Amino acid sequence: MTATTYAELDLTGTTRPPMSRLVKVELRKMVDTRAGMWLLITIAAVTVLATTIFGLAGHDQDRTFYNFMQFAGAPQGVLLPVLGILLVTQEWSQRTAMVTFTLEPRRSRTLAAKVYAALLLGLAAFVVAVGVATLATVVFGGTDPWRNLGGIDFAKFAILQFSGILQGLAFGLLFLSSAFAIVLFFVLPTGFSILFNTVPALEDSAPWIDFGTAQGPLGDVGNLSGQEWAQLAITGTAWVILPFLAGLWRMLRAEVK
Amino acid sequence: MITLEHVSKTYGGFTAVDDVSFTALPGRVTGFLGPNGAGKSTSMRIMVGLTHADHGTATIGGHKYADIPNPGRHVGVLLDASAQHAGRTGREVLALSALTMGLPESRVDEMLALVGLSDSEAKRRVRNYSLGMRQRLGIANALMADPSVLILDEPANGLDPAGIHWMRSLLRSYAERGGTVLLSSHLLHEVEMIADEMVLIGRGRIVAQGTKAELLHTHGTFVRAEHPQKLAAALAEADIKASPSGDGGLRAECDPIDIGRVAAAAGVVLAELRPAEGAGLEELFLELTADDARETVTTEGVQL
Repeated sequence: MTATTYAELDLTGTTRPPMSRLVKVELRKMVDTRAGMWLLITIAAVTVLATTIFGLAGHDQDRTFYNFMQFAGAPQGVLLPVLGILLVTQEWSQRTAMVTFTLEPRRSRTLAAKVYAALLLGLAAFVVAVGVATLATVVFGGTDPWRNLGGIDFAKFAILQFSGILQGLAFGLLFLSSAFAIVLFFVLPTGFSILFNTVPALEDSAPWIDFGTAQGPLGDVGNLSGQEWAQLAITGTAWVILPFLAGLWRMLRAEVK
Repeated sequence: MITLEHVSKTYGGFTAVDDVSFTALPGRVTGFLGPNGAGKSTSMRIMVGLTHADHGTATIGGHKYADIPNPGRHVGVLLDASAQHAGRTGREVLALSALTMGLPESRVDEMLALVGLSDSEAKRRVRNYSLGMRQRLGIANALMADPSVLILDEPANGLDPAGIHWMRSLLRSYAERGGTVLLSSHLLHEVEMIADEMVLIGRGRIVAQGTKAELLHTHGTFVRAEHPQKLAAALAEADIKASPSGDGGLRAECDPIDIGRVAAAAGVVLAELRPAEGAGLEELFLELTADDARETVTTEGVQL
């Protein structure tokens, strides 16, 4: 600051923080607290643990790369959404949104940075899962462990991982509260499966309504049928995209205090 | 320069900020003063776009805050020292801001030194910070990019006397270098010591604003009589408004000679008669916010 007066702010020479930098900030926010760090360590540890247990206890003909990948992905499917939720809600529960949105008042940019950060974390989890599964196959693999493997299997696995973390993000945005978002994230699907299992009339419509049911075929071998893809698209819209848009609307307008 | 024009904000039926207009000038420290819940924090949140005003505009240096690219470089903001992630270290809090604003990490060390947080304190997590330490951290965060405008909500809260003194000289030197400083407080003394200009707010409305000299300039007369009741009755009869003012005296909104005449005519013996001295900001503050304050306070103090 020089010794002049500043009735007008001279904005020439200042540019918005580039998106790459905002993404870096968001990624750093996930690892710079004990809670965040341990969540990531837990995800990695449980991934290794699950595949190892399966490698030691699974039947010979079951110990294929495909199944190892499923076992690596299962615990991730539970924990990645929590990561997505916390990415948003910690700003509100810890009230850091006051600083975050003061440094970048275009809230949509901060949110975009969070989405990119979530996707990068999802990608990292995917790579770890595939890596661990590969290693497990080499170490524990049964007879012909690479059989029935196609590119579509990786795609299905990626969809599962990314949709989970994005759904978490959407729930976090919608509720802006860690506890509320996490509880609903796990209670709603359970509630739905109880509903669909106890009311037989609803059972056929379940894959058209419940995202978890529609995701089921992603864990099966081979490609999905056209109907299954359609069910996935419709429930994905209802459970990921719509909550995300509603949450976006809420976050852009919310008063930050 | 910070400019608010006819800013209003209501929550349901409650008007938190009611048609507030004022300007904080470069080179000056502007004190934003009011009792708790008067609308200071809401006004400040509106300035930086964290709260959307229902009516009116708030600009900083001629721009809406949201239109300033990388605003942290131009406007230093501390709205709530407690709004920090309890699990991050003090150093990490500053490092995140430095990264967002594109400042070198070395700036973090400079700021820690400036606000007097030691290396070991900076490595502690914010949950273990006292309010005073959080306040210092928040001030470091606001000053990091050497902005030309500072917006600080209750920055002296939790600081010890040495800390308050330190902050006072810091903000003073900022204003002297041409910066705009707006700070809020509910403590009169604090603001009286540091501010050049003052804006007083009560129940969402601006009740007075001006330079310290303007606001402290009072007219009127202080008078003490042998028999205060007799004088009060005589003044009332002469249609001169007088209010009790410490030590059994009265303050009236007229010249001393008018009181002298009334007293002479009524045969009241006066013990003291003089122009009222600068009543002090406190009296002014209590007077201006009397209707809005939560406690009923008289200038004579608490009645037992």
